[in-house]
Amino acid sequence: MNWGIPDFLKKRLLFVTGKGGVGKSTVAIAMGIRAALEGRRVIVCEVASSENASRIFHQAAVGFKEVELANDLWAISIDPEDAMKEYVLFQLKVKAMRDLLFRSRIFTYFAAATPGLNELVTIGKIWELTQLDRKVKHGRKYDLVIVDAPATGHGISFLQTPRTFANIARVGPVHNQAMQLETMVTDAEQTGSVIVSLPEEMPVNETARLESELAGDIGLAVDRVIMNALYPDRFPAGDRRAIKRLVSSDDPDVRAGGRAALSQSRRVAAQNEQFDRLKDMVSAPISTLPFIFRPEVDLHAARRLAEELE
Amino acid sequence: MPSIEQILEDREICICAGSGGVGKTTTSAAIGLGMASRGLKVCVLTIDPAKRLADSLGLEELGNEATRVDPGLLSEHQINGDGELWAMMLDAKETFDALVARHAEDAEARDRVLDNRIYQQISNALAGSQEYMAMEKLFEIHSEGRFDLLVLDTPPSRNVLDFLDAPKRLTQFIEGRSLQMFIRPTGFAARVAGRGTGVVLSVLKKIVGFDLFADLSEFFNAFSGMIDGFRDRAHRVSSLLGDEKTCFVVVCGPQGEPVDEAVYFHSKLMENEMNFAGVVVNRVRYRFGTKVPKLRELTDRIDSELDDSDLAERIARNLIEYDALAVRDAKNIARLTDSLEDEPIIRVPYLDTDVHDIDGLAEINRYLFGTEEERSRLATG
Repeated sequence: MNWGIPDFLKKRLLFVTGKGGVGKSTVAIAMGIRAALEGRRVIVCEVASSENASRIFHQAAVGFKEVELANDLWAISIDPEDAMKEYVLFQLKVKAMRDLLFRSRIFTYFAAATPGLNELVTIGKIWELTQLDRKVKHGRKYDLVIVDAPATGHGISFLQTPRTFANIARVGPVHNQAMQLETMVTDAEQTGSVIVSLPEEMPVNETARLESELAGDIGLAVDRVIMNALYPDRFPAGDRRAIKRLVSSDDPDVRAGGRAALSQSRRVAAQNEQFDRLKDMVSAPISTLPFIFRPEVDLHAARRLAEELE
Repeated sequence: MPSIEQILEDREICICAGSGGVGKTTTSAAIGLGMASRGLKVCVLTIDPAKRLADSLGLEELGNEATRVDPGLLSEHQINGDGELWAMMLDAKETFDALVARHAEDAEARDRVLDNRIYQQISNALAGSQEYMAMEKLFEIHSEGRFDLLVLDTPPSRNVLDFLDAPKRLTQFIEGRSLQMFIRPTGFAARVAGRGTGVVLSVLKKIVGFDLFADLSEFFNAFSGMIDGFRDRAHRVSSLLGDEKTCFVVVCGPQGEPVDEAVYFHSKLMENEMNFAGVVVNRVRYRFGTKVPKLRELTDRIDSELDDSDLAERIARNLIEYDALAVRDAKNIARLTDSLEDEPIIRVPYLDTDVHDIDGLAEINRYLFGTEEERSRLATG
């Protein structure tokens, strides 16, 4: 284990993004585990409308209620419909008015007709979780909120929502709320982001693009790029000749060993090539995480990754 | 197990569906190349082309119009014959704008919509608009009849329903009763919506702000003249998806989650009476043998040939770890086979390097277009 809390985990709010399939959800959980081990009170949020189904969340049956995964580590899955209801609850103090609104079909129509409203209320809920003075009754206080954000494409429009709404609604309550969220997203002191990448061409390209969009267009600080799933470099170049000899062995198991070793060293070379490209293409500090040789990347795997974070 | 060529026989559209990061774009390109090399005129429609791959195909400037891959380039790689390979990149916003222009009564109506801030949000952010625009472009190109086969690389989504429902959702949104409500909040529609509408509207306006409310209303007014055109078009796009000329190929990876998703995609496609053609499982670790010996024994046997016990142990450990993943892949694929009954499943192995050029695609095609026996032999030597 790398002792001491990594710098980027000292912020109050972190969005974890990346291309689909890079292990974003697992890294988000691993970050949460690590921060909790270092004594911070943490909640990891899954954005229910995003396209990444997280197995860990699913297994722990995490819903719109805050659930404890481990000591000081909590989780919530933010469903936009629930977030919307909660928002109205905070806005309309009179129960009769709320009931009237919820019963009315106009409300449903309105919610469906306003593009981006789901994203807005989702970010609103994230804001609420970051507050030390929670609006939710008996709400727990968190030192760090980690958001498993939607994958690239959708992730950018998701994070843009507050600004878009602040522009669309020039005045009024929605405008004010949106401005508040926009301020939260762009506050580099408190808020940041982590981009998860893989040592492959497309994820590396995507990471570079994402970094410039987040830091540039959105104004969200990029604190770390995490290069995930790096293979151990087991076979230095000097081993190559010996390994190649095994491929023509009479013993099928030895042959298999040679072939697997050869594949492995080629993959390591391909990974290194992509890792070098990443180093040239991004400006945020890069951390690495090893490939986990386990059939499924579960909570155990996330724990191991948590220890590797630096 | 049939090859992809048999799967696509008599089809004019192949839709590659699957979640993010499973190699959909590469698979789509490989299918396109393979079918072109078999004499068809193929166009691959992609959302996000891999730059290196596009560059290697000489497609640096891929845009919203089809571009042909230079036949000279293909013949350098022994791909000859009458086939043609074309590619294009889908631009959802541009397609949406073109659609508005098509249905608008005049330039003024068009600009009223294009300039509306709500429209600008929708064309980018409305759930399903990217999916719908992909289909829209597919429909447009298909109706021109220029190609024998279209291969669509779909936007990554968690749920294939996002794709299938996209036309319905878009039309519901545009034509919905919500629309009537905003246009004529005091008319018949308001009475249908239930009593107390006036009160609800004023409560809603209070929460939301009058400004945003007025903008929405303005947007729907601007759109009202185009509703029929949109609805009709969406209906035709929708029926093309279910047509027997169209089929779906689900692309996934061999891990538990992607396989679960593939099973789910399959069931949803069946429910919606779509033509499911098969699954391509990418990056499969094939097993080298049936059973790998224990670490000690394997190390000794390797050492006896190398006379280097440290290296022998590293090689043995590496094979054991590889094999554990290969066993996992085999289990997941067995589960996939069970759930899909007799549907074709094509396994493409985890290659040693990334695929980013014609040679890489050709390598993949030895599997996609081979028989099951050929695939196993190729992958395990």
